[in-house]
Amino acid sequence: MIELQHVTKLYPASARPALDDVSTEIDKGEFVFLIGSSGSGKSTFLRLLLKEDDPTTGTVVVNGKTLHTMSKWAVPKLRRTMGCVFQDFRLLRNRTVEQNVAFALEVINKPQRTIKRVVPEVLEMVGLEGKAGRLPGELSGGEQQRVAIARAFVNRPLVLLADEPTGNLDPETSEGIMLLLERINRTGTTVIMATHDYHIVDSMRRRVIELNGGVITRDQSRGVYGVGR
Amino acid sequence: MRVNFVLSEVATGLRRNVTMTVAMILTTAISLGLMGTGLLIAGMISDMKEIYYDKVQVSIFLADGVTEEQRASVEGQLVQLQDEGEVKAFLYESKEQAYERFQEQFSQQPDLVQNTPPDALPESFRVELVNPERYDVIAAEFPDGVDGVDQVRDEGDFLDRLFSLLNGARNATIAVAVVQALAALLLISNTIQLAAFNRRNETNIMRLVGASRWYTQLPFILEAALAGLIGALLAIGGLVLTKLLFVDKALAGPIKAGIIPPVDWAEIAFISPIIAAAGVGLAATAAYVTLRLYVRL
Repeated sequence: MIELQHVTKLYPASARPALDDVSTEIDKGEFVFLIGSSGSGKSTFLRLLLKEDDPTTGTVVVNGKTLHTMSKWAVPKLRRTMGCVFQDFRLLRNRTVEQNVAFALEVINKPQRTIKRVVPEVLEMVGLEGKAGRLPGELSGGEQQRVAIARAFVNRPLVLLADEPTGNLDPETSEGIMLLLERINRTGTTVIMATHDYHIVDSMRRRVIELNGGVITRDQSRGVYGVGR
Repeated sequence: MRVNFVLSEVATGLRRNVTMTVAMILTTAISLGLMGTGLLIAGMISDMKEIYYDKVQVSIFLADGVTEEQRASVEGQLVQLQDEGEVKAFLYESKEQAYERFQEQFSQQPDLVQNTPPDALPESFRVELVNPERYDVIAAEFPDGVDGVDQVRDEGDFLDRLFSLLNGARNATIAVAVVQALAALLLISNTIQLAAFNRRNETNIMRLVGASRWYTQLPFILEAALAGLIGALLAIGGLVLTKLLFVDKALAGPIKAGIIPPVDWAEIAFISPIIAAAGVGLAATAAYVTLRLYVRL
């Protein structure tokens, strides 16, 4: 499903690599926590999967496609198979909940009929069926993140990438978001979540990949955030 | 492609930075207007060349006291030159004919006509050369002041000077148009960068959910193209006004006298699509290149 082979990523501004000879594999349907301190390479890891950047050396394979040999025109197709959720939600402030979710489908040319059908479905799934007409500014943080998740999931991606999705939320709200991500994972979608939130990692007991200075220092199924913390 | 989506994005984009859009449209309009003017002058020059160069190229003015024989000898020499392939055609113009033509040419200046006695103008042979550059041959054949010939004059020489002046005007107009076009291109590039910055949230999301490059870029390119089209329409309007208010009014006299060719509607109709295509094409290209170079989509 996802494979990194000896991936090193150097940014021109920094002497130390953001990722240093990283190799790992993630299977379809897995739920993976990507942990590590700030600057450990988590975000670079996610960016490489999205082909927002190319590795300096090494190979990244997603859905059987080697990313660095992929033509620029094929990148949108790759991204249609992946959903993204961020700490800061990234919703369009001037569009309603419904429009925000529909936007993701409109810009990839889905027929209006399909959009009319699937948007209410996914809003119901994330528990926002009553708030379709609200603007993001009228929602709580947790609700906004649910909208973002709905938008990321509405096209049924194979992989959901979540970069600190609970970073701006209180523990109870975070728990709700995690239940939602788990539910999405149960539909067969691979979920890769970068996080600092050890409560969540410890309570979920899923696979944990720990990055430290660009190197994988731990890869453990049913792991916890860390010992000696 | 969802037409409504793209069009509403274009409209929002143009409205959001009105001042930049207006500046972009105006510089484009000025540039295209000057380009159109340059093209019109170029057309005028070629029309004038047809009017003038087709007429006499070399005049052989005869002296006042020329005899019958001398005149016949000059004519004989011209016939010979015609046989040799130097002279294409020639015609004789008597003092009376010269005066008539003079009256006609300067009908706008009656004072000048009145003050010129009918016999003041010399009789002449007006010679059309096969190759207008071969003026020297005629000049050598008919030395000034010998055998009843007063003076041989190369009318083409005067015309060349006139046309080099007109060519200069055309080149200057086009040069200013090019400089303006550069300013317009930079403004377009700037406006597009601004528009892309304003819409960075939308385009970021579009990029992440896998919208195609075209889908993301098209609103920006159309935005520029639309501004280019409006600029072109203004430029065409400017040319129409110039024809109506300046060329047709201020230059009415010389045009009637046949000294300056008129600017036809057909010419404006001919260059209008060129201007429109240039405006739309340049703006769209500038936008595309800007997006390619500066904007991550």
